[in-house]
Amino acid sequence: MDMRSVVDIGANPNIAEFGHGDTVRVSFRVVESGRERTQAFNGIVIRIRRGGAGASFTVRQIFHGVGVERTFPYHSPLMEKVEVVKHAHVRRAKLYYLRGLSKKKTRQKMKSR
Amino acid sequence: MFSGILGKKIGMTQIFAEDGTVVPVTAIEAGPCMVTQVKSMDTDGYNAVQLGFGESRRLNRPEMGHLKKLGAFRHLREFRFEDISAIAPGQKVNADIFQSGDIVDVIGTSKGRGFAGVVKRHHFSGGPKTHGQSDRHRAPGSVGSGTDPGKVWKGQRMAGHMGNAWVTVRNLKVIMADPDRNLLLVRGAVPGARNGLLIIKKSTRGRST
Repeated sequence: MDMRSVVDIGANPNIAEFGHGDTVRVSFRVVESGRERTQAFNGIVIRIRRGGAGASFTVRQIFHGVGVERTFPYHSPLMEKVEVVKHAHVRRAKLYYLRGLSKKKTRQKMKSR
Repeated sequence: MFSGILGKKIGMTQIFAEDGTVVPVTAIEAGPCMVTQVKSMDTDGYNAVQLGFGESRRLNRPEMGHLKKLGAFRHLREFRFEDISAIAPGQKVNADIFQSGDIVDVIGTSKGRGFAGVVKRHHFSGGPKTHGQSDRHRAPGSVGSGTDPGKVWKGQRMAGHMGNAWVTVRNLKVIMADPDRNLLLVRGAVPGARNGLLIIKKSTRGRST
């Protein structure tokens, strides 16, 4: 028996297939003062961490001029859905360099398909 | 009846609780074990059960004689069970002796670290990194006073062999027990490397939830 056969981790059916640099809309359930609601987070996928049950991805958005990044666990039961808003062509897997770019620069970078 | 079983460490992973909390778990291939010997008060002076686990390719003569036709087991370990009245050699033991929520103790051989210094072995802080230090970065410092007492006290922590010893981790919670797949998921870490032999016992102290 090995690790892969222990915990069944197929693709999360709530998650549309997305790649590095894609703009996605993540719907994530949050519990606020006892009430549960769905929170949406729009942004560019700057990192995808594979690795079985611990897989995650990081989405970056610029909110009121402030860069905001959120990392989501891929297999979390709180994950409602992930939609791809826009596909992008990027030349590396980890887009950390976007952190130093302005919104406009980022847009230009992502445009090159 | 059975309060312990032998197993093999598969590795660690994580699972999600209903509310999205991540639970770190160790996967253990627990059993199937077979009772290879029952020791009783009358014949041996104490009550115990010997369990066999894992396949062995080669048995030597004494082992063959001891196991007879029960099978070729790689590991034999003895468990002190109070009640052995309904146990006979040849009986199978599975992971079904545990349920999720049980509290268990897990025993294994920790990873060997070889001859380790005091920083690694006893968490000493070592010496200063700067101010003209040349060879004192990971040194133990003083090991005692001078002429009085004129010796180093027994038990003074020093460098030496570390790891590769039986370690018990108490009060681990069973997250899932699947007898069909001989699988046990236990919250937290257990001693040793992957594929290492583990002894899983019902905890004598912990409260089950």
